[in-house]
Amino acid sequence: MSTATAASPVKAVTRSRLFWPAVVLAVLLVANLAFTPDFLAVRLQGGHLYGSLIDILHFGAPLILVSLGMTLVIATGGIDLSVGSTVAISGALACLHISESTDPGGLATVLTAVGIALGTALVLGAVNGLLVAKAGVQPIIATLILMVAGRGVAQLITDGQIITVTSDPYKLIGGGYWLTMPFAILLSALVVVATVLLTRSTALGLLLESVGGNPVASRLVGIRAMRLVALVYVFSALCAALAGLMVSSNVSAADGNNAGLWIELDAILAVVLGGTSLNGGRFSIGGTVLGALIIQTLSTTVYTIGIPPETTLVFKAFVVITVCLIQSPVFRAKLAARGARTRRTARPHAAAPTNREVGA
Amino acid sequence: MRQQPVLEVRGIRKEFPGVVALDGVDFRLFPGEVHALMGENGAGKSTLIKVLTGVHPSDGGEVELAGEPVRIAGPLQAQRAGISTVYQEVNLCPNLSVAENIFIGREPRRFGLIDWAAMRRRAAERVRGIDLDIDVSAPLNSYSIAVQQLVAIVRAVDVSAKVLILDEPTSSLDRDEVRQLFAVMRRLRDQGVAILFVSHFLDQVYEICDRMTVLRNGRLEGEYLTGELNQVELVSRMIGAELAGLDQLGGGKRRERTAPTGKAFLQADRLTRRGAVEPYDLDIRPGEVIGLAGLLGSGRTEAARLLFGADQSDGGTLRIEGAVTALRSPRDAIAHGIAFCSENRKTEGLVGELTVRENIVLALQASRGWTRPLSRTAQDAYALRWIRALDIRPGHPEALVRNLSGGNQQKVLLARWLITDPKLLILDEPTRGIDIGAKAEIQKLVANLAEDGMAVLFISAELEEVLRLSHRIGVLRDHRMVAQLDNDGELTPERVLATIASGADQ
Repeated sequence: MSTATAASPVKAVTRSRLFWPAVVLAVLLVANLAFTPDFLAVRLQGGHLYGSLIDILHFGAPLILVSLGMTLVIATGGIDLSVGSTVAISGALACLHISESTDPGGLATVLTAVGIALGTALVLGAVNGLLVAKAGVQPIIATLILMVAGRGVAQLITDGQIITVTSDPYKLIGGGYWLTMPFAILLSALVVVATVLLTRSTALGLLLESVGGNPVASRLVGIRAMRLVALVYVFSALCAALAGLMVSSNVSAADGNNAGLWIELDAILAVVLGGTSLNGGRFSIGGTVLGALIIQTLSTTVYTIGIPPETTLVFKAFVVITVCLIQSPVFRAKLAARGARTRRTARPHAAAPTNREVGA
Repeated sequence: MRQQPVLEVRGIRKEFPGVVALDGVDFRLFPGEVHALMGENGAGKSTLIKVLTGVHPSDGGEVELAGEPVRIAGPLQAQRAGISTVYQEVNLCPNLSVAENIFIGREPRRFGLIDWAAMRRRAAERVRGIDLDIDVSAPLNSYSIAVQQLVAIVRAVDVSAKVLILDEPTSSLDRDEVRQLFAVMRRLRDQGVAILFVSHFLDQVYEICDRMTVLRNGRLEGEYLTGELNQVELVSRMIGAELAGLDQLGGGKRRERTAPTGKAFLQADRLTRRGAVEPYDLDIRPGEVIGLAGLLGSGRTEAARLLFGADQSDGGTLRIEGAVTALRSPRDAIAHGIAFCSENRKTEGLVGELTVRENIVLALQASRGWTRPLSRTAQDAYALRWIRALDIRPGHPEALVRNLSGGNQQKVLLARWLITDPKLLILDEPTRGIDIGAKAEIQKLVANLAEDGMAVLFISAELEEVLRLSHRIGVLRDHRMVAQLDNDGELTPERVLATIASGADQ
């Protein structure tokens, strides 16, 4: 939102797209202190950093990656339901290659495995992209195909079994440490930074927002929308594949059935929590990262405060609804109006429409 | 002693971030009158209407309905209180049937279920009531915008309106349809409905309205009986100055000019697209302004879209700078130096949630591709330069384009194409729905651009405007270019009209 005229710095901060996601994340973290006094503590032990914050970043890394790809897809007005299956396929392919190799611990084997996984994702993403951009299939349908079929493909690859691997270099991706930090955190941070640079220091971000905001107008200004749209599906698949490598590496096993199961829904939620509208257009990568961290913090909270597993989903649902309501400008305006009316009757309420929408 | 106003607002105030849209405006509306709300774009007309209809909550001031203070909290309350609105852009569901659109939200029911037969029957009655002969079970988008507009009015009227607000209802209607609309309005007025009419067509305002309220820059300029104020006085009150822009164009008179000779930039030879436009020939030279005249839906836009690759031709040839060229997409046309401002600013032009700056650089950036970004400094320079040159308001490059008024949005669209430095600029209804000040500025700009050597294809429903600017006028009728008239100084609107009416040059 334009803060053209002498807006105070405080106002500028609260109007920022990242303000509400950041507040929610902070509240969640602080709330944990009540149950776990040392929740925010980070300690160095044997050259590795430990603590709940590190855990959140570590276990949240795959979700952050998947959500990044999802953000760009959603910015074009699309959606990618197939990322969970891509996670499973990529993990399965990598683990299969390593397990069948004569030298599972060799760097060359692992690099080949990574190459196979990413290369396959490239093809899967291109199929999605062509279906959506070239064939004009609705994104939700186009990617639903791979979501369903891909899960089957992953099971075919693993032959319905869980493939376990023993490979130190492979273990590094999702479960290893580097410079005291879990490698997964560094990898996801690297991809986030690269994505921000890719979209904001080139014109990619602007053109994507234009295509998502008004496809007809975008065609008439000569934007090659087809190419851009296909590209974001490829990007999304690559992000998902990387996440798949992380997930399988962390547990040293590929599970075609359960790897990345429902992660597409968490990713969509992360994007929405981060303030990107499902209608497409304006997107916020920072918001998405915060959104993914909110979701991961919730999961961690569920474990640390010992919420019984059968009520976990209800608890999560409750928090998510609250977060969505807090972020909705309409809801906030109504609350403010109600508060104002009880204090002083007949005072017209001030509800400035903002450019941020939170999809349901 | 006048009767009590049905609607009265006092000291109404509305702010948007960075803009005061309404600043203490008073306004009254009496039953059984047609009242015009006048003002330039950005004067606050649309905002006032949106406050009255509960779309925007006001930030201060009072509203009284039939003497009772009310607080209009939303469109539904407004409707229940008897305020119905038909907006500039038809706000109905295009994929539902006409009948469903008329009764949506208040469907006739039987045993709790929707009584479709009754709905269709009643919808047909309502539609016939305004002498419209259409099939009410057909989807709304199978009809022209003009018919959709009338359906919107039928719906608004049928919601038992005490106050009917018509926001630019005539901007997409042809002459007969306007007459039909006015007949409906007079009938309603005689029944005691208070009608608030917003239009940029001054003649229409003077034909139908009893009183008018003039706004300027969000403030009340005054309330007048139509008979008290002649058109020139009205316009000077709206823009708060003498007609500076129009004076420079010769007070509405055509400027003397000689048509440029030389090699054509673009030549269309029997260019056609089935169902859109019959084969037509057209040459456009650098520095030349070609007007396209014709009724709404006569094929003007369709003809222009072929020249921009927005639609593909399926016959004829197109030469650009002498070379036969097939335009497969707008991108191809842009690469040849052609620019196109669509008549539908919102749906085909601007990206509403992007800023003024981003919208201005969009075409240039698109032609460079995403790997060669314009630096932020360059973007700001472009934006600021054109905001200043075209007097875009609010003059802030980071304002969201959807918060701008129609005239300012049109200027943003123009700026977008002008920074690409086109050789041919196609303008489809660039002055529709915008105020007289901005209109004069845009006309002046077109004339200047042509003088500097740009070729311009200028499409407008307003003959005066086309005549004032064009060297030559292509007349379309029923998707056919029936004549090309040289604007040699003796061409009159009457002759163009006669050509449109008869389908041949007389």
